[in-house]
Amino acid sequence: MSVQAFADLLERLVFTPGRNAKIALIRRWFADQPDPDRGVGLAALTGELAFTAAKPSIIRDLVASRVDPTLLALSHDYVGDLAETVALIWPECHGVNTPPPSLSEVVEGLELASRAEVPALMEGWLDTLDAGGRLALIKLVTGGLRVGASARLAKTALAEWSRQEIGEIEEVWHAVVPPYLPLFRWLEGKGPRPDAAGAPVFRPLMLAHPLEAEADIVAIEHAPAEWRAEWKWDGIRVQLTGAPGGRRLWSRTGEDISGAFPEIADAMDFHGVLDGELLVIRDGAVAPFSDLQQRLNRKVIGPKLMRDYPVAVRLYDLLLDGEEDLRSLPFTTRRARLEAWFARHAPARMDVSELIPFEKLEHLSALRDSAREASIEGLMIKRADSAYVPGRVKGLWWKWKRAPLSVDAVLMYAQRGHGKRSSYYSDYTFGLWRTNEDGTRELVPVGKAYSGFTDQELIFLDRWVRNHTTARFGPVREVEKSFVLEVIFDAAQLSSRHRSGVAMRFPRIARLRQDKPAEEADRLETLMAMVENRPG
Amino acid sequence: MPPHPETWMKVTPLGLYCEPGGFHVDPTRAVDRAVISHGHADHARPGHAAVLATPETLAIMRARFGEDRAGDTQQPLRYGESVTINGVRLTLHPAGHVLGSAQVALEWQGSRIVVSGDYKRRRDPTCAGFVPVECDVFVTEATFALPVFRHPPDSHEIRRLLDSVALFPERAHVVGAYALGKTQRIIALLREAGWDRPIHLHGAVEKLCTLYESLGVPLGALLPVPKGLKRGHPPILAGEIVIAPPSAEATPWARRLADPVTCAASGWMTVRQRAKLRAVELPLIISDHADWDELLQTIDDVRAPEVWVTHGRDDALVHALSLKGIRGRALHLVGREDEEDEGAPEALGEETTP
Repeated sequence: MSVQAFADLLERLVFTPGRNAKIALIRRWFADQPDPDRGVGLAALTGELAFTAAKPSIIRDLVASRVDPTLLALSHDYVGDLAETVALIWPECHGVNTPPPSLSEVVEGLELASRAEVPALMEGWLDTLDAGGRLALIKLVTGGLRVGASARLAKTALAEWSRQEIGEIEEVWHAVVPPYLPLFRWLEGKGPRPDAAGAPVFRPLMLAHPLEAEADIVAIEHAPAEWRAEWKWDGIRVQLTGAPGGRRLWSRTGEDISGAFPEIADAMDFHGVLDGELLVIRDGAVAPFSDLQQRLNRKVIGPKLMRDYPVAVRLYDLLLDGEEDLRSLPFTTRRARLEAWFARHAPARMDVSELIPFEKLEHLSALRDSAREASIEGLMIKRADSAYVPGRVKGLWWKWKRAPLSVDAVLMYAQRGHGKRSSYYSDYTFGLWRTNEDGTRELVPVGKAYSGFTDQELIFLDRWVRNHTTARFGPVREVEKSFVLEVIFDAAQLSSRHRSGVAMRFPRIARLRQDKPAEEADRLETLMAMVENRPG
Repeated sequence: MPPHPETWMKVTPLGLYCEPGGFHVDPTRAVDRAVISHGHADHARPGHAAVLATPETLAIMRARFGEDRAGDTQQPLRYGESVTINGVRLTLHPAGHVLGSAQVALEWQGSRIVVSGDYKRRRDPTCAGFVPVECDVFVTEATFALPVFRHPPDSHEIRRLLDSVALFPERAHVVGAYALGKTQRIIALLREAGWDRPIHLHGAVEKLCTLYESLGVPLGALLPVPKGLKRGHPPILAGEIVIAPPSAEATPWARRLADPVTCAASGWMTVRQRAKLRAVELPLIISDHADWDELLQTIDDVRAPEVWVTHGRDDALVHALSLKGIRGRALHLVGREDEEDEGAPEALGEETTP
């Protein structure tokens, strides 16, 4: 199979919004493609291919040697993206009768080629491909497929295609390398399970359900002794894996984020697997999530960032101690092992999440509502005998968020949604009143919400937006400033990135307030008073 | 020495005007005497006193505007036949754009200009193919006049559509296509590719399909997308192909369909950002306009020493002409929209609500 087939896959993935549809496309790739190309494709999707010799400048020079500079400049200006411009504009050589390369030929060719040989190699391949194939080739070798398919999604597709548990695939993932021939042999029942002994392996996390249903609350009230409580911190959930073969900090979805937090990786001088929350902690106090955001999605972490936003991990659970798997043991047993483990290792930049003693659930609810720190989202309530089960298993772990904050805001703009919601105006930008120095009042946008409403309310809002549009900007409509929405959110934080100066955490629509005139909606000051990270 | 066409073919605010003949070609407003190249709304307007066009274009204008608004007098002229108007000899030649589309060739005192309207060079099962006519001045569009626009073979794009239908049998595929020309061409291409199931039509594309069939273009079994379904009716047309005007997927009309895959058939789908902006899930590069190679090939074929560019990317085309030693002139005609461009969802109005 050629690069062309991979190009077709990328082309579909880049335009497909739905997760299930993406998985169906990737599954078909595994089913249809021969080895070793299907494994090379998988490596490309999971970001495990990297070529250093093929720089974008090579592509730029190649196209400049073949295309009139004025036409190239006009085209680049029109298309925007250089790789796409080159793929589209590349003059096809009629009479080329070499077949297009396979994915594995490309990978091997680039690995073996010297830096000086790469341009001729690329030029030869570009001549055999069509526009889609050329784009795939250029994106593949220069990095950055950006097709909206994460490594986790590719592994999920692999699990669905092979009817194997995704946890099993994660376990063996670190024992295999592209093009993953032993992995595919195992998944097709033709070979043994690859052995990842010694490699740092991601174990899928155990997740909690929101505690909302009356019956579930009553169940806890009736047997409080069977439950344990901890604070639910507003950071990012992580897994720490220390093994003889390396140490890794994993995100909730199994992305390796060790590089962004080198000080945590440095402190992981142990052999075991732990579950915890990554937080910015200054002088023992947890900073709001917006501080942690400064550290996310960065390629390079400088000393200033590390100093200004010092991170630490609050440990929740111990999954493996050395090679001993504790996951089937009850929570209380694991907890005792965690405390003993911590006393023994005392790793830097880590502490153990505090257990909150309680006799009655109402004590907990009072505690929860009195904790107004921005860094606390609420409580976690865990069954004392719960094993550590991957995924979201009902009835074992609950998250009990504190009551949300709320404001009455005025609908200002609406945007069409994606996928199943593409015919609905389902994303709503809302604003609050601000009084200017000259005494006039204006609405300032403070946030955007696209959840919380029922299907009926969505239909109503969509129709209201269509009938009250005052201006259109592409997919966005500005509407009459007359509809009040009750918006609830978990916290308000100062933000220099927002025009209003304030950002809401997880805003959603609680109620449609057709009864309320827009003039009586809340003022910006009301929201400002809820801000919890006001500088001292 | 024959007069240069620029001395008798004038660019006016209404478009091109043949002075000795006393008629406009594709005027943007109602005039006394109009020659119409084809039935798209930016070329054919209602309310002219006298209209000359191919019989098919006249039929399309009557279907779109009504008998009373399609020209008080209508003069049909077949491809290859000529009439002389005030000493100007006028001949219509196939342009290959849509059914009835014509190039307007004008000769006066020994000089010849060809106003090509919109055109393409590749085969289209629903209309006559483009015929190059040698001339002194060739008037061309430049909708896709950048070397990044090279449309792939239609069969390749139709295969991608059918592959997707096979991969997602639980979803309806909605192809956004302009009502005149593109819709019928896609249906005909699907039939050639072996798709013989009924094809389902949005109300806004039905009328012209009926007209095409009455003019001798077979389209196979066509069914209207059901209307008036009760709220809560299960989604319909999973595994089927639906043709609708561009952006119909953004209107409430689309909600009756089973998890629709939004496909758009247009030359603009070449550029990812364009497809992304429209939230298209399956972009199909199928165009009724000449791509870059076709434009340059046509200019070679007509052997004109001078080319006028009506609208589109005239900067790139005029530059490419200069490289060939051909004089290029950008006319900047106004009122030429591109029918393949984003059809405003709102233009469909709420009348499409079930």
